[in-house]
Amino acid sequence: MAKSPETEHPNKVFGWGARDKSGVLSPFHFSRRDNGENDVTVKILFCGVCHTDLHTIKNDWGYTYYPVVPGHEIVGIATKVGKNVTKFKEGDRVGVGVIAGSCQSCESCDQDLENYCPQMSFTYNAIASDGTKNYGGYSENIVVDQRFVLRFPENLPSDSGAPLLCAGITVYSPMKYYGMTEAGKHLGVAGLGGLGHVAVKIGKAFGLKVTVISSSSKKEEEAITHLGADSFLVTTDPQKMKAAIGTMDYIIDTISAVHALYPLLGLLKVNGKLIALGLPEKPLELPMFPLVLGRKMVGGSDVGGLKETQEMLDFCAKHNITADIELIKMDEINSAMERLAKSDVRYRFVIDVANSLSPP
Amino acid sequence: MGKVLEKEAFGLAAKDESGILSPFSFSRRETGEKDVRFKVLFCGICHTDLSMAKNEWGFTTYPLVPGHEIVGVVTEVGAKVTKFNAGDKVGVGYMAGSCRSCDSCSDGEENYCPKMVLTSGAKDFDDTMTHGGYSDHMVCAEDFIIRIPDNLPLDGAAPLLCAGVTVYSPMKYHGLDKPGMHIGVVGLGGLGHVAVKFAKAMGNKVTVISTSERKRDEAVNRLGADAFLVSRDPKQMEDAMGTMDGIIDTVSATHPLLPLIGLLKNKGKLVMVGAPAEPLELPVMPLIFGRKMVVGSMVGGIKETQEMVDLAGKHNITADIELISADYVNTAMERLAKADVKYRFVIDVANTMKPTS
Repeated sequence: MAKSPETEHPNKVFGWGARDKSGVLSPFHFSRRDNGENDVTVKILFCGVCHTDLHTIKNDWGYTYYPVVPGHEIVGIATKVGKNVTKFKEGDRVGVGVIAGSCQSCESCDQDLENYCPQMSFTYNAIASDGTKNYGGYSENIVVDQRFVLRFPENLPSDSGAPLLCAGITVYSPMKYYGMTEAGKHLGVAGLGGLGHVAVKIGKAFGLKVTVISSSSKKEEEAITHLGADSFLVTTDPQKMKAAIGTMDYIIDTISAVHALYPLLGLLKVNGKLIALGLPEKPLELPMFPLVLGRKMVGGSDVGGLKETQEMLDFCAKHNITADIELIKMDEINSAMERLAKSDVRYRFVIDVANSLSPP
Repeated sequence: MGKVLEKEAFGLAAKDESGILSPFSFSRRETGEKDVRFKVLFCGICHTDLSMAKNEWGFTTYPLVPGHEIVGVVTEVGAKVTKFNAGDKVGVGYMAGSCRSCDSCSDGEENYCPKMVLTSGAKDFDDTMTHGGYSDHMVCAEDFIIRIPDNLPLDGAAPLLCAGVTVYSPMKYHGLDKPGMHIGVVGLGGLGHVAVKFAKAMGNKVTVISTSERKRDEAVNRLGADAFLVSRDPKQMEDAMGTMDGIIDTVSATHPLLPLIGLLKNKGKLVMVGAPAEPLELPVMPLIFGRKMVVGSMVGGIKETQEMVDLAGKHNITADIELISADYVNTAMERLAKADVKYRFVIDVANTMKPTS
């Protein structure tokens, strides 16, 4: 007979989970494995709320295994380390991001690209190598193989640093891979949400000129005076869009709704690169002429490997880059999700897990 | 006011959106000090000629003399021309001019210069309209002239000037020219068959991807492809998922990208060189989950075109052609619209193009 989430593993754990595609989160009792010899047990302090969490609880992409405990922007304290663990000790401040497992022996894993391992398992809503389901960071603690644990740099605050574990690496990885870090070049950031605002900060840290591209002027002052963007382009202003044609070397497109690529491609110079990071539910329309006539590129990228995630955290620590967050209590998560669906957050909710998650 | 053109020329022009070509007399400029004048021997028919003749893209100016896969023999060179002499075998491709001073021009990428002048149907810097190679002779700036290797038959070499460089350029630019790589070629027409030949010359494993079985024998036994994949066969497609480093997509009709993206390995590149007029559906998730990319490309720079033709000379690569007379052009265009050609029509200009009486 199948074991229940509470009895599947030896250690009872409390968190909040969603049980169906209404996406409503509520207290949920489950269990986690014993701390194995390669494992680190992390008492969770904070967990960021990523848009993927929202998509998953509502089964927008059609592959949610209910019940699901989301959360993959986790910062906490190591409370136990297995006997083979060399990189961490009890009391260390650590992070866990999007990936909790991989085969550790394929070409991608050998290249520190666990994110592209065909057997990669996500921190939540995935089946681990022992056949059990992974539950994420909207919970008291998590047990993870040391390979998938990150050292959290000293000067990065735990709460505003947490979103870097997904949002940060999601923009950092393609910027490095696709060569979008040449100082003086011009980066467009389409969409100013969790990913977008971090992309502006990281872009500035690489010495790029950064233009935020948005459908409304609402966030213009914020983008320039607070986030440090050099300019702001409203896509619904035809004159400004026309003046900006062919001016950008790169565009990071973080928009998660279906949207038009044609005007964005027009903003790129010849040989320009547009990296699509948002995950719209339906395909986008790709006009071929701008792509062909300007040798332009649309590429994708999926978080980053663990080595690169550590590099990103160290880079952000060096440049004092954190996310702009709104700290919430665990029991405020459902209204936070409703607001997230309307992009009503500047720019990431972070759950104060340690101080607000209490079993009933 | 436009420049006065002194030299008489004759050829075939489309005069309206019917795209029907008929005899046409016009003039070309005198040979300037940096110009090369050459008698046209052969001119390939590219699908673009058909689209332009019928104004499918909305920017055709009539009368239009098409033709940008032009080879011939030099008859006269200007005083400052250093690279060519009378009697040389030369060619001209898609471009006849560019600004010579922007970043693209400086990088040898004249094809991306914002002021690039098309060989046919564009306004030149002297305000006159360019007329292409469906004509008795051409005069062109030295910088845009390509030398044809001696060992290449001129009729089979002509299509390389557009089809050849169109596939060669992105293969080099995107690093798909390394021996042992697995390259897919979608569509087996003018571009596709040349892509197979170049990819084999580069040492790639080549799989032709087609909608029907029909061309398998041809692709594998005659053109030298290593494998043939029918895109409408789900089992064949599934077995081939995640096996290709790059795909050269030459199809100019609307078609699904999702199955092609699935054929790519992680980091794979889907190169679009066909130019469907309608946008295609781009599923973003497979790009993201495999760090894959879709890129466009358009012909190549002059330096690259010369490099491509020299490589063709080294490996004896020519296009597979059907040589036609000038008075067959309209029938050829109708057949081209139905992809009924193996694989490029080439007009035997010197022997069959007659002046208007």
